[in-house]
Amino acid sequence: MARIIRMDQTGHTTLAEWTEGDAAAIEAAVAAFREQLDAGYYAVVTTGEGQAEQVRELPLDAELVILRRPIAGG
Amino acid sequence: MAVLPETASVYWRPRIDSARLRRRGRLWTITTLAHSIPFLATAALLLALEPLSFPVAAIAVVHAWGIPALYANRGAGVVRPRPRSGPAPERVALGLLGDLLGHDARELHAGTGLALERGRLGVWLVAEAGALLVRPGGKRVDCWCVKVDGELPSADRTAHLLLALREDEEGFATVANLAFSGAAWRLRRRLPAAVRPALDAARALA
Repeated sequence: MARIIRMDQTGHTTLAEWTEGDAAAIEAAVAAFREQLDAGYYAVVTTGEGQAEQVRELPLDAELVILRRPIAGG
Repeated sequence: MAVLPETASVYWRPRIDSARLRRRGRLWTITTLAHSIPFLATAALLLALEPLSFPVAAIAVVHAWGIPALYANRGAGVVRPRPRSGPAPERVALGLLGDLLGHDARELHAGTGLALERGRLGVWLVAEAGALLVRPGGKRVDCWCVKVDGELPSADRTAHLLLALREDEEGFATVANLAFSGAAWRLRRRLPAAVRPALDAARALA
């Protein structure tokens, strides 16, 4: 089952889960994904060892989509 | 190539690459020498003119040694641990970070609090509010101050930086502020003892 998680003060929160072919779950996941992007989160998927990619559309074939906050120089 | 979106907030900075890092490293070395050489020259001159001025010359030598050490101390500060959240969030966050790391890096993080990541610019050690970049060859280390705002468990803060680094290494270095660039041995002396094995591991890989 694929998931969207958001890193937050609880460690992380699962915002949506879906499986291939479950249209309702996918629709809910896309809505949750867009809502978080609109709130300023960035979505990242791991694309191999030591590699990650920012995504702006929910990749339905990804197993895990991680939402992170922006970073800045300290 | 994907560009880290946060680079837009520092649009005036030239994008960091290996050549630019080398130039900045040389500039740090020149600055360090510019701070130290006048004190050493003063000490030598005092001793040449009047050997009895030895105590004053010794103070000048201490300054020549101490100023670079203070810079290194600032660099070491980027990997010092920050206040912890509650045990439950920390445990959850640590699980996610562990999933992102390989076995060896996970063990190193458990012992030192730093996540080791190989990159094109060198070997990174990612902490909660900063990162060390061990340059190829392992002799020079760049210390970067970079963070994520808001209340987060420490492992989540590290995971934020690790993911951003994996998205765009050069963009990550562009967004971060360089706090120190200098000899690995000088930095190592200023690191907490628990963290030093991570630096040693990164130097061995660099």
